[in-house]
Amino acid sequence: MTSLDKPDAAADTLTGGPRRRRSHPPGRTGSGGFRGAPLPLLLPALVGLAFLIVPLIALLVRTPWSDLPAQLTSAAVWQALRLSLLCATAATAVSLVIGVPLAWLLARVEFPGRGLVRALVTLPLVLPPVVGGVALLSALGRNGVVGKWLDAWFGITLPFTTAGVVVAEAFVAMPFLVISVEGTLRAADPRFEEAATTLGASRFTAFRRVTLPLIAPGIAAGAVLAWARALGEFGATITFAGNFPGRTQTMPLAVYLALQSDPEAAIALSLVLLAVSIAVLAGLRDRWMTAS
Amino acid sequence: MTDLDKTDLDRTAHGTAADGATAGAAAAGEGLDARLVVERGDFRLDVSLAVAPGEVVALLGPNGAGKTTALRALAGLVPLTGGRLRLDGTDLDRTPPESRPVGVVFQDYLLFPHLTALDNVAFGPRCHGATKAEARTQAARWLDRMGLAAHAGAKPRRLSGGQAQRVAVARALATHPRLLLLDEPLAALDARTRLEVRAQLRRHLAEFEAVAVLVTHDPLDAMVLADRLVVIEDGQVVQEGTPGHIARHPRTDYIAHLIGLNLYRGQAEGHTVRLDGGPAITTTEDLTGPVFVTFPPTAVTLYRERPSGTSARNLWHCEVAGLETHGDQIRADLTGELPLAAGLTTVAAAELGLHPGAEVWAAVKAAQTHAYPA
Repeated sequence: MTSLDKPDAAADTLTGGPRRRRSHPPGRTGSGGFRGAPLPLLLPALVGLAFLIVPLIALLVRTPWSDLPAQLTSAAVWQALRLSLLCATAATAVSLVIGVPLAWLLARVEFPGRGLVRALVTLPLVLPPVVGGVALLSALGRNGVVGKWLDAWFGITLPFTTAGVVVAEAFVAMPFLVISVEGTLRAADPRFEEAATTLGASRFTAFRRVTLPLIAPGIAAGAVLAWARALGEFGATITFAGNFPGRTQTMPLAVYLALQSDPEAAIALSLVLLAVSIAVLAGLRDRWMTAS
Repeated sequence: MTDLDKTDLDRTAHGTAADGATAGAAAAGEGLDARLVVERGDFRLDVSLAVAPGEVVALLGPNGAGKTTALRALAGLVPLTGGRLRLDGTDLDRTPPESRPVGVVFQDYLLFPHLTALDNVAFGPRCHGATKAEARTQAARWLDRMGLAAHAGAKPRRLSGGQAQRVAVARALATHPRLLLLDEPLAALDARTRLEVRAQLRRHLAEFEAVAVLVTHDPLDAMVLADRLVVIEDGQVVQEGTPGHIARHPRTDYIAHLIGLNLYRGQAEGHTVRLDGGPAITTTEDLTGPVFVTFPPTAVTLYRERPSGTSARNLWHCEVAGLETHGDQIRADLTGELPLAAGLTTVAAAELGLHPGAEVWAAVKAAQTHAYPA
C-alpha cells in the first residue's frame, strides 16, 4: 500500500500545494491565520501535517553534521549509492523499453480481456514488495519456472546478482510507468496517428514519429516516478537479490543494515536519499507538472 | 447571395463539361469509382460516387448524414462493410490507409504540434521513401507555392487559422495523391479568413489534376469549390448535380433551406399544383404529375387585411410564428394554410406591425414560382 500512496501524495504536494497557496488572497492567511476552518477539521489536519513533517525534521536534527563529510565520503557509502543509482537507472531503462509498448497496447488496441490485463499490470503497485520478491524467486530462481531454463540453456542466473537487483526494481517500478504512459496515451488524440497513416506512415512509424514525441512529457514523468520507486526499493530487492555489499546492497539495504550497528551512518545515508528525493520532486514540478 | 449566383453561372457550363468527362473517364477506369457501404449500429451509409480526374466533388449534407464517414471510408480509416472502391482502375477496398494514394485535409487540420510547418509537410514524402534532405526540399517548395515560405520554421501553434489550413493542404498534396479528401476544409476559420482561404483553395483545387472530394455542410463552400455536388441525407444520396442545377431544382427540404427557397411537393394539373395535404399553388409552367414548386422568400408579399383586387392567385391566410433578421432583411416564418418563409424589408415589417402571433395574408405571383417534375 505504501508504494501506491507515495506517488499520489507526491503529486498532490506538487500540483495542489504551491498553487493553492498562491491563489489565496494574501490578507486572509496573513492576518487571520486559519480563521473559518472548523476545529474538527483543522485539528486532525494539523496532526496529519505534523505526522508527515516531524520525522523529516527529526532526521535533520539528528544528523551528525560534523561527522557528515567523513560518513558520506566513505567507500561503503559511495559503493551503495553508485549501485543504487546504476540499478535504478537500469530498471527505469528496462521499464521504458518494455513498459511503453505495453502501455500503448493497453491504451490503443482492443483485445479480449484487456481489463484483466490492466488489472494484472497494476497488481505490483499494491502487492507487498516482499511478495513480489518471492514471486520473482519462484519464476526466475535457480529452480524457478523460467529460471531453470535460463540456467540450463544460457547459464544465466539472476537471483543474488546485480542484474537481479535490476529485475526486482523493474518489477516493482514498471507499473508506475505503464499507468502514467497509458493515461497520457488515452488523453492524446488518436487522430494524429490517423493523420500520419494517411500520409503513408505505417502504424509503427506513426507511433515513433508522432505519438512518441506527443506523449514524451508523460513518459518522462512516468520514468521519474519509476526511477524514484526503484531507488527506494527494499523488499523485493532483499528477497530476490540479497544483501551483498558492492553487488546487491543498494542504499535502502545499506541504511537498514547500518541502523543495526551504526545509527549515525544510517541517518547520514538516509539524508542522501532524502536529498535525491527532493531533487526528483523539484525536477518533476519544474519540468512537467507546471507545464500541463 | 450574389456571390453564390455568380458561381452558379460560372460553374454551369464547366459542370456540364465535367459531367461528360465523368462518363468517359469511368469507362476508361480513370478516377474514382466507388460504392461506399458502411453499417454501424442503426446507421447505414450507402453512397455511390464516380469522380473523374481533375473534377472536384462536394459531399453536402446535414450533420450526422454520413459525409465524414464516407470520407473516412475513402481514406481507409473506416472499413467498408460492402460495396467497392476503385481508384484509377485499382481496387483499394482492402488496402490499408498508409498504402492508399490518398491525401487528407482534416477538419481541424491535425498538424503535428511537435513539428515545424516544414517538417509537417515533409512528413509524407519521408514516409514515401525520400531522404530527409529531399523531403525538406519538396516541403519547402510546397510551402512556397502556398505563400508560406516565411513560416516554414514555425510550429503549428504559432500559425494563424488560415496559415494552418494552407499547411494542411500542402501536407496532403506533398505525397502527390491521386485522391484528395478535404473534411470541412473551411469550417474552422472565421468569416474574414474564410473568404480569402476559400479563394486560394479554389485555385489549388483547380490546379489539382487528380480526384478531389470535399465534405461540407456549407452550401457556399460547396458551390464555390466544387464542380459537382452530391447531397447526402441520412446515409443516402438524395440529389446530385452541378451547383447551378441543384440551386434551381432543390429536391429536399434540407437543400431548399440551405439555398433559401420555399419548397413544396404536389401533383400538377396544368398551371395548378395541388400540394400534398395543403392548398394549391398556381404556376406558370404547364406540367402534369408529381412536381416540386419553389419560390424565394422575397417573392412573398404580406398584407394585414385580405387584399382586394390583387392579381396574385396565390393568396394564403397565415400567422407569424417567428421573426429574425437575415442580412438587411427581416425573415418571417409563417404557419397556417401554407407554411412558408417570407422576406421583407425592415421598413415593411415595421409598417405592417408584424409580431409573433399576428395574422397576415401572404401573396405570391405565379411568375415568381418555379415548378419542375419530381
